[in-house]
Amino acid sequence: MPEAATLTVEDPRPPRKLYRSSDGRWLGGVARGLAGHLGLPVIWVRLVFVGLMMADGLGALLYAAFWFFVPLGIGGVDAERPPALATETAPDGRRRLVARKPDKGQIVALLAMVVVAMIFVGNVDLSGGAKAYLWPTVLVGAGVALVWRQADNARRARWMEVGRRKRTITLLRSAAGVLLVATGVSAIFVLQGSAAHLGSVLQAALAVLVGIALLAGPYLVRMTQDLSEERLMRIRAQERAEVAAHVHDSVLHTLTLIQRNAENANEVRRLARAQERDLRNWLYKPEGTGKDEDDEPGTLAEAVKRNAAEVEDKHGVPIEVVVVGDCPLDDRIGAQMQAAREAMVNAAKYGGEGGAVQVFAEVEGRTVFVSVRDRGPGFDLDSIPGDRMGVRESIIGRMERNGGTARLRAVPDGGTEVELEMERAET
Amino acid sequence: MSDANEPTGAAGPDAGTTGAGTAGGPATPTGAAGSAGAEAPLGAGAPSGAATAPDPAGAPDQAAAAPGRRVRVVLVDDHRMFRTGVQAEIGQTERTGVEVVGEAADVDQAVTVITATRPEVVLLDVHLPGGGGVEVLRRCSPLMADAEQPVRFLALSVSDAAEDVIGVIRGGARGYVTKTITGTDLVDSVFRVQDGDAVFSPRLAGFVLDAFASTDAPPVDEDLDRLTQREREVLRLIARGYAYKEIAKQLFISVKTVESHVSAVLRKLQLSNRHELTRWATARRLV
Repeated sequence: MPEAATLTVEDPRPPRKLYRSSDGRWLGGVARGLAGHLGLPVIWVRLVFVGLMMADGLGALLYAAFWFFVPLGIGGVDAERPPALATETAPDGRRRLVARKPDKGQIVALLAMVVVAMIFVGNVDLSGGAKAYLWPTVLVGAGVALVWRQADNARRARWMEVGRRKRTITLLRSAAGVLLVATGVSAIFVLQGSAAHLGSVLQAALAVLVGIALLAGPYLVRMTQDLSEERLMRIRAQERAEVAAHVHDSVLHTLTLIQRNAENANEVRRLARAQERDLRNWLYKPEGTGKDEDDEPGTLAEAVKRNAAEVEDKHGVPIEVVVVGDCPLDDRIGAQMQAAREAMVNAAKYGGEGGAVQVFAEVEGRTVFVSVRDRGPGFDLDSIPGDRMGVRESIIGRMERNGGTARLRAVPDGGTEVELEMERAET
Repeated sequence: MSDANEPTGAAGPDAGTTGAGTAGGPATPTGAAGSAGAEAPLGAGAPSGAATAPDPAGAPDQAAAAPGRRVRVVLVDDHRMFRTGVQAEIGQTERTGVEVVGEAADVDQAVTVITATRPEVVLLDVHLPGGGGVEVLRRCSPLMADAEQPVRFLALSVSDAAEDVIGVIRGGARGYVTKTITGTDLVDSVFRVQDGDAVFSPRLAGFVLDAFASTDAPPVDEDLDRLTQREREVLRLIARGYAYKEIAKQLFISVKTVESHVSAVLRKLQLSNRHELTRWATARRLV
C-alpha cells in the first residue's frame, strides 16, 4: 500500500484509512473518498483535481494514481445524502442495486473538466506533432477509465451481494474500453511511424499476446476457478455456522429440559417434537420463507403448519401435516384455517390416544380442501348435547358463513375425519 | 372428493374385507393388515404399540402375524444407534419373521454386504457417507434387476426434502417411510416391499401429487407423465393418512387394486422423463 492509503488526519479518533468511495462516485470515487477523508465538500476536491489538470495534466495523473492504489471501500459518505447503495427487493426475493441519479456536484465537475480540457488543449503550446497525439491519448485514457470502473463495479457487486447486473452489459463495457485503448494505441503507432509499419507491429504485438495467453492462461483459469470455489466454500461455511449457532443453543436447551422432565413422558414428547420442528424449519425451508416462527404466515402452507405446530405444542399430540400446492391467504381461507385449527384441537383432545393426527391440505385451482383426521374413538355429532356449540359453531358454522362447506364423518375403522372445503375469494 | 365411483380393477365392488387377490396367495399379509402399509409415522396405522397386541381398531390380525413368513433384511444406516434400535424392534425373527442378515454404515460397505448376503429387502438410509442412498441404489442396480431373486429397497429417512425423497424413489427404491414409523408398521412395510408392492408414506404421496401436478408443460410421454384420476384419488387418501384397506373401502375397490394403483404411480415416478419432477415438488405451486 502506498502512503496514500495510510494518510491520517489530525484526529483523536483512531486513524482512518483512505478508501475510494463506492457511493455517489462519478469516475473512480477518488474525489469523494478524499473529501470524506479530509472532511471537505466533494466539490472542492473535484475542482482541485480539475485545476491541477492545468498543470500539465498533473490532475489526471494524480487522479489515476489514486484510483489505482487506493482500495474501493465505503468512504466519504455524507450523512445527509441518501445512500447510493439503495437496494430494492425484487419480487423474486433477490436484492438489486437501484441506480441513483448523479448529484449536482458531479455534473458541475464534469462541466468544469470539459471546459478545462478545452482550455488546456487550446492553451498548452503543443508542437504540431504532439498535438496530434492528444486525441489518441485521450482515447486510451477513456478506455482505461472504462475498464477500471467496470472492475470496481464487479468488485462492489461482489461485496454488496446484490444481484449482479446482466453479464452482457459488463462484457460490453469492458470490450468498449479495450477497443478504445486499442484504437488509441494504434493511432499513436500510425502517427509515429507510417501505416506500413502498423501491420508488422500489430502482428508482433498479437504474437506476444498469444504467447502470454498460452503461458499464463492455464494459471489464470485455474486461479479463477480456485477463487470461485473458495468463495462457494466460504458461503457454505457461513451458512453452516449460522444454522449451527441457532440450532446449538436451542438443542442444548431442549436436551437440558428433557433431562429435567424425564419423568413426564408427555412433556418430553412435546419438547422433542417442538425441537424437531424447529430444526426441520432450518434444514428444509427454502431461503427467506419464515424461518422464524414469529412472522405472520403469508400462505396456506405456512398457516396450516403454524396452526398444527401450535396445537401440537399445546396438547402434546403429534400432528402430521401434508400440503399439496399453495396459495396466498385471503379472508375466506383465513376462516377456513381457523376452522381447521378448531378441528385439530378437537382431534388432539378427543382422538389423540389413537396416535398421530393427520392433516392434509390441497389447493386445486380455486378450491382449497383441508382434511383433519384422527384415529380416536370417534364421535357422533347428533349425540352431542345441544349446549355444546364447539363443533357446530366454530367449525361448521364458520365454514358456512364464509361460503364453504364442512363435513364430519366417522371413518369406518375408527376415528373421525373433518373435511373443509372453501372457494378462494376472487382476486 | 367423490367416493362411490364405479368400481375399477379386477376385484369389483368387494367391500375390501379381505382383498384376497389371487396373486399373493393366502399368505400375503397385505390386505389383512390392520395397520397402514403406507403408514404415517407414530402409528397412524395400528394404534397398538406392541406388535403382539390385538388390534383394537377391529382388524382381525397383525401385520407380522403371517405364520412362517420370513424375510431376509440388510440395514444400511450410518447411525449405529438407529441400527441397534431397528434391530431391537423388528429383528426378533421368531416374533416378526424379519431376519437381519447384515448391517452397513456407508456406501462401500453397503454394496459389499448386499452383494455378499443377497437379502430380499434392504432398509436404506437416504443420507449416507460416500454418496448417499442414491449411490447404493446405482451400484446395486444389477441386483435389483435380477430375475431370480431381486433385491428390493425401502428408503428410510428423517429428511423432509423432496429431492431426497423423490431422488431415492427414482433411484429404484420401492418405497419411502420416515424413521418415526412404529416397529409394527415397519415390519408390515418390509413384507409389502418383499412382495414387490410399493410403500408410500403420506409425505411421499404429497410430494408425488405436487410433482405430477397439472402444469403447463406438455407431457413428454402421455403414459408416464400423467396420473390417472384414480391414481390421484388413491394418493390423496394416502396423504390423508388412510391405510390401504381403508382406501379400498372408501373407493369401493379391492386392496389389490389399491396396491396396483400405487405400484403404477411408483413406476411413473421412476420412469417419467420429466426431469423437473423434483423441482416441482420442491417449489410449492402457488396457485
